[in-house]
Amino acid sequence: MLRFIVRRLALLVPILLGLSVLLFAWVRALPGGPAYALLGERATPEAIAAIESQLGLDRPLWEQYLQFLGRAVRLDFGASIQTGQPVTEEMLRRFPATIELALAALLIAVAVGIPLGYLAARRYGTWIDNLAVTGSLLGVTIPIFFLAYMLKYVFAVELGWLPTAGRADPRARADHPTGFYVLDGIVTGNLDASWDAIQHLILPALALSSIPLAVIVRITRASVLNVVNEDYVRTAEAKGLLPGTITRRHVLKNAMLPVTTVIGLQLGVLLAGAVLTEKVFAFSGVGQFMADGLVQRDFPTIQGFILVIAIVYVVINMIVDLVYGLLDPRVRVS
Amino acid sequence: MSVETTDATTATATTPSRPPASLGREALRRLVRNPMAVVGMVLIGVFVLVAIFAPLIAPYSPTDNSWLDQVRPGQYPGPSAEHWLGIDPLGRDVFSRIIFGARQSLLIGVVALALGAIAGIALGVLAGAFGGWVDTLVMRFVDIMLSVPGLLFAIAVAAMLGQSLTSVMIAIAVVNVPIFARLLRGEMLGQRGADYVLAARSLGISRSAIVFRHVLPNSFTPVIVQGTLTLALAIVEAAGLAFLGLSSSNPSTPEWGRMLTDAQETLTSAPMLAVYPGLAIVLAALGFTLVGESLREALDPKFRR
Repeated sequence: MLRFIVRRLALLVPILLGLSVLLFAWVRALPGGPAYALLGERATPEAIAAIESQLGLDRPLWEQYLQFLGRAVRLDFGASIQTGQPVTEEMLRRFPATIELALAALLIAVAVGIPLGYLAARRYGTWIDNLAVTGSLLGVTIPIFFLAYMLKYVFAVELGWLPTAGRADPRARADHPTGFYVLDGIVTGNLDASWDAIQHLILPALALSSIPLAVIVRITRASVLNVVNEDYVRTAEAKGLLPGTITRRHVLKNAMLPVTTVIGLQLGVLLAGAVLTEKVFAFSGVGQFMADGLVQRDFPTIQGFILVIAIVYVVINMIVDLVYGLLDPRVRVS
Repeated sequence: MSVETTDATTATATTPSRPPASLGREALRRLVRNPMAVVGMVLIGVFVLVAIFAPLIAPYSPTDNSWLDQVRPGQYPGPSAEHWLGIDPLGRDVFSRIIFGARQSLLIGVVALALGAIAGIALGVLAGAFGGWVDTLVMRFVDIMLSVPGLLFAIAVAAMLGQSLTSVMIAIAVVNVPIFARLLRGEMLGQRGADYVLAARSLGISRSAIVFRHVLPNSFTPVIVQGTLTLALAIVEAAGLAFLGLSSSNPSTPEWGRMLTDAQETLTSAPMLAVYPGLAIVLAALGFTLVGESLREALDPKFRR
């Protein structure tokens, strides 16, 4: 097992290095070059010259890359063109919002997706199955932001059940020690604030959950269908195990393996999808900051966002692989 | 690695046990019998026909704003006999814009698919045919590209290339390159040990002939399935990029994604302006998804008989 973990960790190094080369090339390919991209459109030639020598753009390429790598490791992406503050600080301030949103969406996707996928497989060919399959196909074809509009219009504008935008009621006073608003309310004993934050989370989380929900339903369904026909399930039935025991010990345990992989992969997709959802709901997380950054050509922000999300994605993938190895001994051997 | 294990299983599962011609014919037979596939094909058919004959179908030009005088702030004329889907805030016929929007969507989808698939297939063939260090190198590169979530990758590429339809197409194509490369490589590796390859090799047929005349055609079915699904995703992704302001810089271009984006400003007063382009995107993407999924099932030997 230890060898497996070490081998997986070693695989991380070339991927992260490759990623940094890719990002380095991306920064250099930006319109006007990195100095222009860092300073924005209103930069004077003197300022550009100054930053070019500061960035060492007159040095050999490999030296520039090493410098870039050094800054990236320290998460130093320069100042955001939108706010003038260091990108890292801005991101840290906004990350809790996005993580809260992504987790809420994942919670919806898992809580609805796994039972629905299981039910669809168990009732293969019935109306429940057809509904689940059709729904999951629709889920991947609806643009997230279109779904977000529709949810916002129906539940916030027309019915007025839920707030239209933001993370919390602007009139309410609440302390935010952690930045996770739902948690903050619980920590500070202000349960009204928690409830307010949850209400603000529901619509964006629903919109964001559409794709992972669809994917989880499909994978669970396919996986359960596969496992049900395995020899070991027939053996379990033959030796007279109770249906409930077979389901728990043999079907679910094995069917959940591919599902865990997919759930892990979806987290990265959720973080990227947050760019669209947060923009619709003015949900002030990193996604919205990134979306605004795109409009204002705030390249330091875009660069920081891409690197951070990519690292999170790569690390999650690795954790998923490790968990997979723990759950399924067959993976460790191969 | 988990992804490689799934590659290997699909590769072995789709290794044809019968001649491929009969597999294709059988797949086609099952495809027309599947109501899901038929609905999908009808949707694709309508979408493609509308795109091709847009100037004949649309009653007006998509950029004609001669009905601006009928528009008041917060009040946009709804459906009428002259304007089936009403008029947008800039005084243009919505129906005509939806019809012409099909052209943009189809164009983006087809070009992005073609570019992405060609580059991906080339990389996949390189890795699958040569193996060894070429394979390692290509697959490491593919791993790196896949280590960024697709949408984010597309955003990065489009932001780098600047606001234009071309950059959207290239961005979506780039995201698809590693997907096609990995798919084809896995499939080709699965074919490598097949008896017909051994037979061809023992007959002294050159490596390139074996690769291009035998292995490649036999590895192609999952690529076709992926291609169909990619078209659907490309249409949805293009809308997403337009929403982030990365599409064409010309605001009068009739594009579903942009129409949907613009509709955000009038969401409370005229929600239907968002519904029309949104539905158009969903229906077009659904058509390709339905056909792609049915095709996958029809070609899967597990579902035979």
